[in-house]
Amino acid sequence: MNLNNDKGSMSTASSSVTVSDQFPAGLRVLVVDDDPTCLRILEKMLGTCLYEVTKCNRAEIALDMLRTNKNGYDIVISDVHMPDMDGFKLLEQVGLEMDLPVIMMSADDSKQVVMKGVTHGACDYLIKPVRIEALKNIWQHVVRKRKNEWKDLEQSGSVEEGDRQPKPSEEADYSSSANEGNWRTSKRRKDEEEEIEERDDSSTLKKPRVVWSVELHQQFVSAVNQLGIDIFHTYAFALMYTTEAVPKKILELMNVPGLTRENVASHLQKYRLYLRRLSGVSPHQGNSFISSHSQEPPYGSLSSLSGLDFQTLAATGQIPAQSLATLQAAGLARSAAKPGLPMPLVDQRNIFSFDNQKLRFGEGQPQHMSSGKQMNLLHGIPTTMDSKQLVNLHHSAQSLGSLNMQASAHGNPSGQSSPLLMQMAQPQSRGQILTETSGGQVPRLPTSVGHPILSNGAAGAMLARNGIGENSRGTGYNSVSQTSSVLNFPLNHSAELPGNSFPLGSTPGISAGMSTLTTKGGFQEEINSDIKGSGGFMPSYDIFNDLQQHKPHNWELQNVGFAFDASQHSNSLQASVDVTPSVLVNQGYSSSQRNVQNSNVSAMGKPIFSVGEGSEHGIALNVGQHLNSLLVDNSTRVKSERVTDTSCQPTLLPQHFGQEDLMSAILKQQQDGLGPAENDFEFDGYSLDNIPV
Amino acid sequence: MERNQQLRRQLASMRQSLFDQGHLDEQFILLEELQDDANPNFVEEVVTLHYRDSARLITTIERALEKSPLDFNKLDGYMHQFKGSSTSIGAKKVKAESTQFREYCEAGNGEGCLKTFQLLKRDYATLRRKLEAYFQLARQAGPNEIACRPK
Repeated sequence: MNLNNDKGSMSTASSSVTVSDQFPAGLRVLVVDDDPTCLRILEKMLGTCLYEVTKCNRAEIALDMLRTNKNGYDIVISDVHMPDMDGFKLLEQVGLEMDLPVIMMSADDSKQVVMKGVTHGACDYLIKPVRIEALKNIWQHVVRKRKNEWKDLEQSGSVEEGDRQPKPSEEADYSSSANEGNWRTSKRRKDEEEEIEERDDSSTLKKPRVVWSVELHQQFVSAVNQLGIDIFHTYAFALMYTTEAVPKKILELMNVPGLTRENVASHLQKYRLYLRRLSGVSPHQGNSFISSHSQEPPYGSLSSLSGLDFQTLAATGQIPAQSLATLQAAGLARSAAKPGLPMPLVDQRNIFSFDNQKLRFGEGQPQHMSSGKQMNLLHGIPTTMDSKQLVNLHHSAQSLGSLNMQASAHGNPSGQSSPLLMQMAQPQSRGQILTETSGGQVPRLPTSVGHPILSNGAAGAMLARNGIGENSRGTGYNSVSQTSSVLNFPLNHSAELPGNSFPLGSTPGISAGMSTLTTKGGFQEEINSDIKGSGGFMPSYDIFNDLQQHKPHNWELQNVGFAFDASQHSNSLQASVDVTPSVLVNQGYSSSQRNVQNSNVSAMGKPIFSVGEGSEHGIALNVGQHLNSLLVDNSTRVKSERVTDTSCQPTLLPQHFGQEDLMSAILKQQQDGLGPAENDFEFDGYSLDNIPV
Repeated sequence: MERNQQLRRQLASMRQSLFDQGHLDEQFILLEELQDDANPNFVEEVVTLHYRDSARLITTIERALEKSPLDFNKLDGYMHQFKGSSTSIGAKKVKAESTQFREYCEAGNGEGCLKTFQLLKRDYATLRRKLEAYFQLARQAGPNEIACRPK
């Protein structure tokens, strides 16, 4: 009972009575405050509450203490203003690393500061002078936190710091997984085990622990921002990606020696959980859906058929008529698909432009010059501006072709595959659009896989938004949104498997074959080419299949989650939309993609367009990503729903024109820059390929 | 005994006057309530801590106020620290003045800052003197004789 140890920077004053079964007596509290007076008073007060108090006058030291003794504390009370480290930083770190409840305190009672504390994840905010009455109740935060953890464990299967109950948490986890229909794969379990292992590390020292210092974490965050990973809202995706491609990429961006992908993955996971906690998203959202769907046949839940098509194709390994149709749709008829959705068209253009460069490069086409330059540029990182401009240029360049395409599509609402082909043929005759498109598709898939991984979530959000914004068209868009989520699967899968990207990348070769076919020019021949193309595509699909087989349930998860988001949580989605831009803005090469999508947005519909133009680039970007996913959807989905929404088109056309005006303006500005622009594109394609590797 | 009782009366009146003159607020009472067998001189301990720590801050603020373009951000930061400490011992007047000081900082009113700081220093010193006298007397009165509210 000797408490007068106020001279040490930190000291433990365990109150005489520590009866653990008399909770909250014995609650282990770490108090951090640079003010010795406050610290002493708090220590005394907490001791009076029969808590076990450890005090510390520096945030850095506190963090070290927390790290070295991960399970040594139940709750942290920290001052906001401290010289060595801002209390909010400590709060963030604690939230990331140990997930302890943190109470912030300050003499500053301004609303902004209190708000900042709350938004940073503080479970409470005490105004100084802190009263003992407030401290008597702090144990409730510990209880609440644990309760939530249990919930998380049971429902999402994500293992947070279980602190004192690691074993029960494991059990709960597994049993729950069984209940939920095995949506978690063995891989996922392995991750969990890894995490658990990591938790034990502090005691067993099996492997060198990576200490996520503030600096390291900042590096991590900036890498994440650079990737534009919207961990925040697409945590279902993040669940998957934490294990593979994204951590890898983050690791590359961080470029910290000694850091392993597993370190990053684990940290990413925590970061995601941390963000999710901040967002207040209930852990049930995605999961409950998952569980409900898991009972159904995997794809049945997906209303849109595209997913099914994929599956069948992959499973059989054959190319049935349907698959042909799908493939055609995917390959040439993408534009045709647009009858329902105008935006896909534009997207296609953009996509093609990406890939086109590759094709042209290979074929040595006159339009685009400096192939050699392209090579060089590949290694460089294009600036956002450049990429954007480039995209715009491409877009504008192809807009002419697209116009024709659209017109034809407009005329033929029937949506038969043949008409589609016809349409495609027209563009071809005009230029090489066809070839480009055909070539472009395959590569495109990997691209979408690479960067936008998380953007899919954003896309979903955007969809929801659209639905809200345009009530009149609501139904049409809704269906789209669902499909989009479906489409996402294959992409995601590819991203997950490191090897996937390669096969996809190899597809360019296939695409080249297609292009040659298309060059023949005849409509009928085109059809043939389509078939071939489909053959070429098949492999890629198979790859997807493999992926699916590996992680079939993850798939579902994501899909379900998205559909859910789009339809029901429109509000939250909107909010998310706002948030994401900031994250996305920082991206490096992905920005080019976004820009492209941006243009897409304009084509898509008024509301979205206005968003892009009026407010911020960032928002537009999100929309764009969404569109991308839509695009993909279309290609797959075409077969089933091609003819769905003809009504939308009229509106679309005019808007498209508007966009073209924009594009033309941009074009004028950047006519000079064609060469460099292309290069950037090239880079994009390559970078995308590389990512999953 | 007689003398001790007298001392205690004197102690009580000193204490009361600190409240009456607005030097202390109820936070001081809360500190007194924290005093127990384990820490019979807890209040004095905390007050001593406060003055040891805050003297440094006062000097820092004084120096910062001598700079020709005043760095109001810094001044505000220092004063925030100072206020936190003062608040925790219930130094009512000083707390009010530091609040005022910070408002002047926000307004960019250097004149107001200087004037308020002079007031603050005066009250800060006054309280210190009075509290020191009070604790000295309390020690004379013996442990457990400090005015304690029944729990």
